[in-house]
Amino acid sequence: MRRLLRRLAALVPVALGVATLTFALIHLVPGDPVSAMLGDYTAPADVARMRRDLKLDLPLWKQYGDFLSGLAHGDLGQSISQHEPVAQLIREHYPATLELAAAGLAVAIIIAFPLGIIAGADAGGPGDLAAMGFAILGISVPHIYLGPLLMIVFSLDLGWLPLTGRGGLAHLVLPAVTMGTALAAILARMLRQSLVQEIGADYMRTARSMGLSESAALIRHGLRNALTPVITLIGLEAGALLTGSIVTEMIFSWPGLGRLLMTAINNRDYPLVEGCVLTFALSYVFVNLITDFVYSAVDPRIRLG
Amino acid sequence: MNRRNPSLTIGAALVAILTLSAIIGPLALSTDPLAIDLGRALAAPSRSHWLGCDALGRDLFARIIWGARLSLGVSTTVVAISLAVGGLIGGAAALAGGWVDGLVMRGVDIVMAFPGFLLAIALAAILGPGLVDLVIALTAMGWTGYARLVRGEVLSLREREYVEGARALGARPARLLLQHIVPALAGPVTVQATFGIGGIIIAEAALSFLGLGARPPTPSWGNMLDAGRTFILVAPHLTTAPGVAIGLSVLGFNLLGDGLAQLIGRRR
Repeated sequence: MRRLLRRLAALVPVALGVATLTFALIHLVPGDPVSAMLGDYTAPADVARMRRDLKLDLPLWKQYGDFLSGLAHGDLGQSISQHEPVAQLIREHYPATLELAAAGLAVAIIIAFPLGIIAGADAGGPGDLAAMGFAILGISVPHIYLGPLLMIVFSLDLGWLPLTGRGGLAHLVLPAVTMGTALAAILARMLRQSLVQEIGADYMRTARSMGLSESAALIRHGLRNALTPVITLIGLEAGALLTGSIVTEMIFSWPGLGRLLMTAINNRDYPLVEGCVLTFALSYVFVNLITDFVYSAVDPRIRLG
Repeated sequence: MNRRNPSLTIGAALVAILTLSAIIGPLALSTDPLAIDLGRALAAPSRSHWLGCDALGRDLFARIIWGARLSLGVSTTVVAISLAVGGLIGGAAALAGGWVDGLVMRGVDIVMAFPGFLLAIALAAILGPGLVDLVIALTAMGWTGYARLVRGEVLSLREREYVEGARALGARPARLLLQHIVPALAGPVTVQATFGIGGIIIAEAALSFLGLGARPPTPSWGNMLDAGRTFILVAPHLTTAPGVAIGLSVLGFNLLGDGLAQLIGRRR
């Protein structure tokens, strides 16, 4: 428990760094949001009023201070295009993205484990070749093609699954497979590599000499030890999975944070863009923290500093 | 074919085909990728139009070939700049050591704590459309990996006996760097850069797909896929062609990266 608290405390500077980077992205990168929003043919008085409304006329350090204190209170400002508080819009859209990311992760794990185990147990053999061939294909097919491809086959041709939108489990399948395939391939490769190393280890020879069959030794002993790098990778990639949802949400009209961000970008709704980017980035930081934890639970040899 | 390393052979072949199409293709091709002919809109593949035509009757094959030039041009530029920037920062941090190293790597950690593709999206959205802005956005996403890699390698190389030996014999820092450290770095850096190009091809296509990269009418595989989605029912070849082009290119770089890693591993 003390370790958890210490770890959470270490999170604060990272989160602050990420928040600062987000602020800098929106406020320091060249390009004037107000003229971008209003267009080139607006009366100077209107531009000035909008700058005042958005508090863009204040000195930068003051804007930064307001941004941080707002953040501490859960206040992310007002959306320009949707006339609602940014924080509320994010609360409405965030669950859909979490659901999608969790489903994508589940798909990735369900595909990766059998593939990785088949390949690792049969290193160099035909099973290995087939599984790893599939894996390298999975890494290479981009989301933006896999999504439409799955739509053609499973929604339009076969009519098994709904085309777009969010609803029951059936709506979740295609977007989750779109998101999870590349990760499945990466995980399967890592699991294979890790298993191959464990199979040659002394304790595995002992397990076999004690009468365990090859596959029982592999599953009961080898797999457990091979798991550590795979879990690290899951954590590292789970964060990336969250941002991968942006493209998937656009393909499947999934009403999540990714689509909210893209709508905000197209409407030049800068407060909303800032809020969405910040939410994604902080989620990513948080997922990495959880990974560290699961990691030390699976492998007690690793002690967190 | 190299029987012990098929990844290397297949990967190199795919990358060679892609490179040739990108460099020679647009010169050899007489078809204009921007020529509109509504009479041929959504035409299926035929002898005169190998991959068919898009919604405005533009020749899809020509657009794929020009898209190859954009995709490969952007991705190699981005990786080259990322490598130069990341390598310099990581290498300098490792050589300087002490608090400089600590400070620089904390900065790298903060940027890495930020999801890369999100950074690219945010930058591309704020900078606006355009190839230079696209390259900047994608470079911001990629340089940190190289900084870490080069720093780690330099730190470990510095302690190797042959480098210590050269230092003991009085080699100057510049000579140490150029003669002993940089050549040893080449292997791991090449492998990572090869995978990196594949990753940037996907990221570029995704940005263009989202409308944040190359703007129509400039043919890019990402914006072609996006435009083709509308006609997925009547003309699936509009999405298949750019989709397969991206997939094969990325597959090529991934296989080449695997093959190179195997090659270096065996030599050591």
